[in-house]
Amino acid sequence: MRSLSLENTVTSLSHLDGNSLAGPLSQILSVDPTTAWRRCPRCGLTGSLAQLHVYGPEPGLTGRCPGCEALALRLVEQPGHLWLQMGGGQGAFRFPRS
Amino acid sequence: MSAWHSARLVGRREQSRTGRTLLFDVPGWPGHLAGQHVDVRLSADDGYRAVRSYSLAAPARGTGIELGVQTVPGGEVSPYLAHELPVGAEVEVRGPLGGWFVWRPGQEDPVLLVAGGCGIVPLMGMVRSHRLEGSRAPMRLVYSVRDPGQVWYREELTTGTGAAAASRILYTRQAPPGSSRPPGHIGAGDLLPPEGAGRLPVLCFVCGPTGFVEHAAGLLSAAGHAPDRIRTERFG
Repeated sequence: MRSLSLENTVTSLSHLDGNSLAGPLSQILSVDPTTAWRRCPRCGLTGSLAQLHVYGPEPGLTGRCPGCEALALRLVEQPGHLWLQMGGGQGAFRFPRS
Repeated sequence: MSAWHSARLVGRREQSRTGRTLLFDVPGWPGHLAGQHVDVRLSADDGYRAVRSYSLAAPARGTGIELGVQTVPGGEVSPYLAHELPVGAEVEVRGPLGGWFVWRPGQEDPVLLVAGGCGIVPLMGMVRSHRLEGSRAPMRLVYSVRDPGQVWYREELTTGTGAAAASRILYTRQAPPGSSRPPGHIGAGDLLPPEGAGRLPVLCFVCGPTGFVEHAAGLLSAAGHAPDRIRTERFG
């Protein structure tokens, strides 16, 4: 049921919740990330990672602030790597995938 | 860090025209909480892989888990899982996943569950866990579907002990004959706290298509439920 269907496009207004990031982020985190507390650096809204608005499709997922739609994180899965970008800057982390 | 487990399909049950329950045996399954989900991975012989998320519909029975799969028209994975994957075949599952959209048996807060269509799946996990644990937390389920043919878990929700968590089914397009409520979208009057909640703050779980979730969460918010007491799960 909850599927990141291929019909979703980057420009789609339809989005999922940060809850859907639990699986992809479990590749690099040892704790459940969805309950993590978060404060938006732009609008100041506080909440949990599970409340982010997540846009697809896979393998690139973009999490945005539910208050102001500021970019919170971007996750891109490649065969050998997982890229994690925090916030809206140019910096990024690249993790090896097993 | 959540590992991939091998999962063998051991049964399939029809829930609606387009919805199926899939029962898997997952050796080494660590158990899960109501509301959690798994990622299912299919691998083709040529190495191509596809991953999709599906909600857990029932408490674990040993190494057995139950998933709800709604066929997405034109979808790549859901029609295959719902209709074609042979019983006895193996896929991989990663989980249990998510600690936000969960109900824990020890919780005593009154609970209002609001489901749209196949958004019933994780909420049914909560209804069943509530029943299994003999929880005394007041719980109400409001379940919105287009027409009578779309009702998942019909018998369990409407007859016998399954109806213990008071459930109400609302029809948006076509109601069954004799229905007192005309077909229509969910409204503020449909989202009452469970019996016995009194003035206690209610924990709300809303799951369904994005438009439904936005609408229902808006109604709950307008009714005075605090934002951190309204937990939502959308699917595309």
